[in-house]
Amino acid sequence: MTDRHPPVSDWASDFDHTDPAWIADPYPIWDDLRRRCPVAHSPRYGGTWLPVTHELVSEVAYDHDRFTSRSVVVTERRPGPDDPPAPIGVAPPITSDPPFHAIVRRMLIPAFAPKPIAALEPFTRELCRELLAATDGRSVFDAATEYAQHIPVRVIIRFLGFPQSDADLFRYFIRRVMEDVDQTPEEREEVLGALDEYMDAQIDDHRAHPRDDLTTFLCEAEIGGEKLSQSHIRGTMVLLMIAGIDTSWSAIGASLWHLARHAEDRRWLAAEPGLMDTALEEFLRAYAPVTMARLVAKDCDFHGHQLKEGDWLLLPFPAANRDPRAFPDADRVLLDRAENRHAAFGLGRHRCLGSNLARMELRVALEEWLARYPDFELADPAAVAWSGGQIRGPRQLPIRIRP
Amino acid sequence: MALRVHVDPDRCQGHNRCYSIAPDLFELDDLGMSSEIGSGLVPTALVAAARRAEANCPEHAIRLVTELVTEP
Repeated sequence: MTDRHPPVSDWASDFDHTDPAWIADPYPIWDDLRRRCPVAHSPRYGGTWLPVTHELVSEVAYDHDRFTSRSVVVTERRPGPDDPPAPIGVAPPITSDPPFHAIVRRMLIPAFAPKPIAALEPFTRELCRELLAATDGRSVFDAATEYAQHIPVRVIIRFLGFPQSDADLFRYFIRRVMEDVDQTPEEREEVLGALDEYMDAQIDDHRAHPRDDLTTFLCEAEIGGEKLSQSHIRGTMVLLMIAGIDTSWSAIGASLWHLARHAEDRRWLAAEPGLMDTALEEFLRAYAPVTMARLVAKDCDFHGHQLKEGDWLLLPFPAANRDPRAFPDADRVLLDRAENRHAAFGLGRHRCLGSNLARMELRVALEEWLARYPDFELADPAAVAWSGGQIRGPRQLPIRIRP
Repeated sequence: MALRVHVDPDRCQGHNRCYSIAPDLFELDDLGMSSEIGSGLVPTALVAAARRAEANCPEHAIRLVTELVTEP
């Protein structure tokens, strides 16, 4: 909380997704707004909108005329005239609009298909076992920082072909870019500059020494017979790094947090491995980590609200997933929920490119954890801390292993 | 009576939910987009899987159609 972000007094007219109340437990806030609005507005970040029903979130996700993806992280720094224009954005394809979006996305999709992702599973499983083996003999440890966090970091590093020894540096960049969103514009420029510099060094190294990984793939990829620009490659790598790490970390952590607090679900899942298919999707629905954002592309009316070009709009897929009109018993976690059209990976053309990767990581992380530690609980519920910003997950999660 | 599945290519966004639930009924192209295998006819043993696939598509891209089939 800073001077620019005083405590929220009214969520319908002054919401802030970095407020401690939102970070601790956003679900009652969204429930309240769903009844009262259901589109909230805040003057913060220069003007931000927030629809909270599944219907309205879907409508925005499918509408590329009124809403642009040019920037998808709400901060004090809006894209200016010197930033890449709307069709491309700083981190293609997540910041791209049609038609360029489809071209870039098409190039990347094969790398994230079920088959290549399945090839990463043995590495992931071995990594999970190593991380758990390192906790051997300890009755209390932090599942967020000592387990969940390391899994996507090291899988993405392997995917990109960066040195595994850069894992700590990776985590630093992710925290600064994704979570510290109340930086001044100058502070933000500095972080993004340092990240660009790091990426450039990796790209140069791959150009000099090509190998079988995603960075070399991007260096050699062509669109319309032309190689990708350095800024395009860098942007896509930054995207994979920031979109692929905090997100999976959060999903794994939140699932373990749930299991630590619900003995019946823990025992059920440990006893019936076949339940994992639906349980995985239910964790993703109930604890969806990712809230996306759009910029309003042109002045328009949105269900009686006058949106102005350049306004931010938060796209809370986690709120859509808790909408009782879309999901019966929306606030209950039902591990065998048979009908589950959740939007954890978004909806429409920007559906998460890495959803197969994320599901593999979450499944393997939970399977390996439960195989080793079928019985566990929160060591100190008051010590659990959740991330701020648009990716929600536990950042401190002390767990006690029960003998 | 026969049950057929159909994927609407304009709605599918490649979530791959149907493929993971019922790989014997759906196939993916190079871009991860799903379509029904062959004519989409669902064998009796896969009726439950077909219904699960339909009920878990976030984009509402899957349709189940019950057809009257006359024996030749």
